[in-house]
This record gives sequence, structure tokens and C-alpha cells, in this order.
Amino acid sequence: MVAQAKLDAAALRLDALGQPQTGWTAAARRAAAARLRAMGLPGRRDEYWRYTDAATLNQPAPQRAALFDASDEPVVFGGLDRVKLVFVDGVFDPAQSDDPEAAGVELLSRQSADIHWAQGLYGVLEARGQSPVPRPFAALNTAAAVEGVLIRVTGKAEKPVSLVYLHRSDSSDAILHHCVKLEAGAELTLLENGPAAARLNAVLEVELAEDARFHHVRTQGRDHERRAVTHIFARLGGGALFKSFTLSANGVLTRNEAVLELAGDGAVAHVAGAAVGDGAFHHDDTVFVTHAAERCESRQVFKKVLKNGAVGVFQGKILVQPGAQKTDGYQISQSLLLDEASQFLAKPELEIYADDVKCSHGSTSGAIDETALYYLRSRGVPLRQAQSLLVLAFLAEAIGEIEDETIAADIRLRLEGWLARHDR
Amino acid sequence: MLEIKNLHVKLEEGDKVILKGVDLRVEAGRVHAIMGPNGSGKSTLSYVLSGRDGYEVTEGSATLDGRELLEMEPEARAAAGLFLAFQYPVEIPGVGNMTFLRTAVNAQRKARGEAELSAGEFLKIVREKAKALKIDAEMMKRPVNVGFSGGEKKRNEILQMAMLEPKMCILDETDSGLDVDAMKLVANGVNALRDEGRAFLVITHYQRLLDHIKPDVVHIMADGRIVKTGGPELALEVEHNGYADILSGVL
Repeated sequence: MVAQAKLDAAALRLDALGQPQTGWTAAARRAAAARLRAMGLPGRRDEYWRYTDAATLNQPAPQRAALFDASDEPVVFGGLDRVKLVFVDGVFDPAQSDDPEAAGVELLSRQSADIHWAQGLYGVLEARGQSPVPRPFAALNTAAAVEGVLIRVTGKAEKPVSLVYLHRSDSSDAILHHCVKLEAGAELTLLENGPAAARLNAVLEVELAEDARFHHVRTQGRDHERRAVTHIFARLGGGALFKSFTLSANGVLTRNEAVLELAGDGAVAHVAGAAVGDGAFHHDDTVFVTHAAERCESRQVFKKVLKNGAVGVFQGKILVQPGAQKTDGYQISQSLLLDEASQFLAKPELEIYADDVKCSHGSTSGAIDETALYYLRSRGVPLRQAQSLLVLAFLAEAIGEIEDETIAADIRLRLEGWLARHDR
Repeated sequence: MLEIKNLHVKLEEGDKVILKGVDLRVEAGRVHAIMGPNGSGKSTLSYVLSGRDGYEVTEGSATLDGRELLEMEPEARAAAGLFLAFQYPVEIPGVGNMTFLRTAVNAQRKARGEAELSAGEFLKIVREKAKALKIDAEMMKRPVNVGFSGGEKKRNEILQMAMLEPKMCILDETDSGLDVDAMKLVANGVNALRDEGRAFLVITHYQRLLDHIKPDVVHIMADGRIVKTGGPELALEVEHNGYADILSGVL
């Protein structure tokens, strides 16, 4: 029995949002709304919401979030040759963007676009991902998303598609829903950066056919007061590769979920995250990887640096289904706690129904290595700089999950700059 | 150059007193050796001079060119020209050896008001110095001291010393864990740095390192004090008769 309060909250939340009733997504939206009305919004008693308070995500209106002034700081991914698509508070801005159609990208808001492949994807992986763990905000997203990109790739995409999320209104409430389909052997790099809105709800559905290769690199903006709940749903065919990396610095509340299904033999899925939090910062990574085929590999690498009372959460699960022999599953979640006020809550889970399987997991929390700090200082490196070096070293394994060295270097450079500006 | 007067040091936690009035004066251009049995306070002296946490100076002073060292942060001591080659060099996973060295060199230059070295300039100098110590490019790419053999770690310390060009070099048991060939390599690295403006304090258990790095003055340390000072012949006396004989005469 779902508590009545949770059901009422879901109804209230849905009613406050417009849900397009016509066009090719209408049926998927109605089904998603029905799912949400049946499961309700999250509460503290839900197993996967024990460490994260959903109250500000449940409320119909978002909390205000002050805009962040990045002053003269260069934008992330600014130096890359890319197809740039800009969204301001969740609304596509053609004036600041490249031509999406020329790059083979459709927009969800163009209701006339009748795209058969997208009809088979929009809300489909999200619906699959609702079992065994309900994901109410993803259902809400499918029901009410107003914008997003629809990308189908048949060969090797020439340039990365880069989604830039600007935040201009302190009370914006954005809902973005993206669908990506890579046909057999196709390749695409998808970049996302920026806070997007005062409150963001984003869903990314990714369908990978055989031997497709998908790279995803995301940074979530530096606005201190922004809130975000995001879901990635991916389904991998045989031999497909999925790699996703997220960098989060700041943000008062972030919940990033990844639901990955290795459906074809020999598929490889890596999901990684680096988070740097200071003060009022709550960052939750919740991952569910299902091995449903043989000889698949999955890796989860999550690192969080926390100080001044920041909170990090990691809930990672590997499910190995019957028959998924020769599975290689790896999971590591670590936190670097820079003071006693900060905390890291980790819940690793393995559920294995095959007998020829290699799965490992580890989780650690630790302070900065004082001996290493002294060693660096004895060579003349000032305290702050020595701390930054050790923080970067701690995050290195997660950043190392980014395959493209140019993009990884961009991420490292950004972090170095941010750390240099930070006080301890 | 380095002047230590009546230095008393205890552990920060607890009451254990380790140094009980060390007096030592090292002039520029000279090599001093400190020998002594285990637990005599040799390594503590090197840590206290370089600014490691966990020790409390209860009395005395230590100056480098007249500037009080004991009140400076470790990085300020380094910028002032002090260098400690560690007995147990620290492993730092995730920080590349090259990045580490360049950060250190440029931090010191910056602290002294000198221009930072460009990547190209730095690379040219480091390659030359690394070659002399038989440190290959692969070792420079690896994380600091991670997976290095004992000899590689010690050579890496000497490379740092060569790059940072300190005035006052303290070598803490640099010979421990080295075979003869590695010791020669390290000693050659040290000898190449000997000049009139630079001084060395070589801490060692055994005389054998002093065959390769010839000291001008040898001190014997015991129970937290310098108990005897002499020329190179003092090291040979230790080698032949052990510490017990010498100490029985002075303690």
C-alpha cells in the first residue's frame, strides 16, 4: 500500500504541470502520469530515499535559486569543435544555438515531428526502469517534459552534440527529456553542462544497438542553490559500449540516477562521477546495473570530496540475472572528508543469480593524507596548492573514465581552477 | 649556514623527550655527517628542521642564514633553501612525478619572486638531471614514488634535490635499502651538487655511505645530544669498534 500522502503529492504535482495531450508522445505521457499516480512521490520511508530528502523536489513550485556569476571563467567544453544547442531555463534558444536539423537533431517541442524511432523509445526505457525500484521523478518527467533532443545516429557522428544549460531565472523549473538511439556500430559523444534552472528534472534515454559506442560527459553547473534530479536509462545491445561521467561542484541538492541494462552479450557499461561539495551540498548517486547477458562488463566509479558539512550519498547496485555468466562487475565509491562535519553515506549492493561471475565492490571514507601533505610542503608547495593536488589525485580515477583525452583535460583544468579559488 | 642551539624536542602527544639539547653549526660548502645508534634522535632532528607535525620544541633555536626556521611553515623553510631527502619517501597515488616536480620548482621560484619555468624550459632541465641519475621517462610519468623500488625512491629524492637546488641539504639515511651500485649512483648525484654555497648534513648508521660522500666533520649523536665531534676518522672508528666503545667514554 502506498501512503495516501504520497499519492496526493503526486496528483498535486502533476496537476500543477501542463501535459501535452496531443502529438506522438501523448500516449506515453498519459501512461507515465498513470504510473506516477499509482506509485506516488518519494518519502523518507522509501528504501532508496532514506538518505535524501525529496521534499523540495516534491513541492509543486521550486525553491528560488540565486544565479551564479562565473565572471571571466571560460565555459566548459568551450574550446571543443561541437554542435552547440543552448537551453535557457529549459527552453531551447535558437539564437545562441547551431542549427539542430543540420546536425540531425530533432527537438521534442516540435510537436509536428512524427518520429517513429522516438516513439519506440520515449518513456519506454523509463517505464522498464521502474521495476524493481520505482523512480517517480522519471515518470513525472515523461508525463510533463516540455523540451529535449531526439538524436538517432547511424554512423559515426562527426562532432559531439553539446547541450548547454543556462540558468537565468531564479525560480525556473525545467523538465528536459532526451532520447538517443545509436544504430548498429554507430558512435556519438553527448556533452551536457550548466545548472539549467533553479530546479531541473532531466531524463536521458539511450538505446544502443550492437557494437554502438556512446560517450557522455556532463558537468552540472556551479550555482550553489540549484536543485537537480536526473535519470539516465540505457539499454545496451551485444558488444555495445556506454560510458558516462558526471562532474558536480556545488548545488544544494543533486540526485543522479543511472539505470543500465546490459542486454546483449559482451556489452560494456561504465558510469562515473566526481563531486566536490562545500557547505549546503547534498549529492546523491543512485545506480542500478542489470547484467542480463553473458560476458558483460560494468564499472561504477564514484568519488566525492566533502567539506563544511557537505553530504554525499552513494547507492549502487549490481544485479546479475540467471544465465549472465562471465559477468565482470566492479564498483567503487569513495569520499574524501576534509573535516569532521561532512558525511558520506554509502550502500553498495550485489545480487547475483549466476555462478560464473566476477563482482567486486569497495567503499571508503578518509581524510586527506597528512604525510603526503607534509611531503609536498617540504618541497615548497604551499598548503592550499598541496591540498588541491591531493584532491585532484583523489578524483583522478573517476576522471580517468573519460575516454577522450581532450575532454578529460578540459574537466581537469576546470577543477584545478575551481580548487584554486576555494578556501579551505 | 645552519645553526642549531640547545634544541630540546618532545613528542606532541605524551611526555617522551627526544632531543635534549642539540648544538650544531654547519658552514657553507661543508659536509657534516651525523652518526648514531637507533633511537638517538637523528631522524627526529631532520623532521623537526623540515617542519613535520607531531613534535614540540620546548627550548632552543635553529636558524638558516640567520632566519629562525622553527617558526616557519614547511613550505617557507623549503623556499628559504632547506631540503630533506626522506628516509622513507612518501607515495602519492594520482599525482604524476613530473607534475609534482614542476609544481614544487615553480612554487619555490614564485615564493622567491623569480619567474616560473615554462613547460619547455623545465622539461629540458629535468631530462638532463634525470639522465644522470638513470631515471627514465617512464618513471617520470608514474605517480610519485608509487611502485618504485627502494633504489628508485632514493634516486627520485636526489633528483628533487638537484632540481630544487637548496642551500642546506639534509640526507636522512639515504643509504638504507640501497645496494652498492645504487649507493654509488646516489652518492655521485650528491657529489655533483657539492659547491661552496651549499652545505650537507648526512645522517647515517653506517660508515659505508661516507666512503662515497666524503664528510668534513663527523658527529656522533646519542640520547638526544651530539656527544662527540671529529674528522672523517671518527666514522672509521665507529665502523671498527661500534658505538658502545665510543659512548662508554662520553656518556
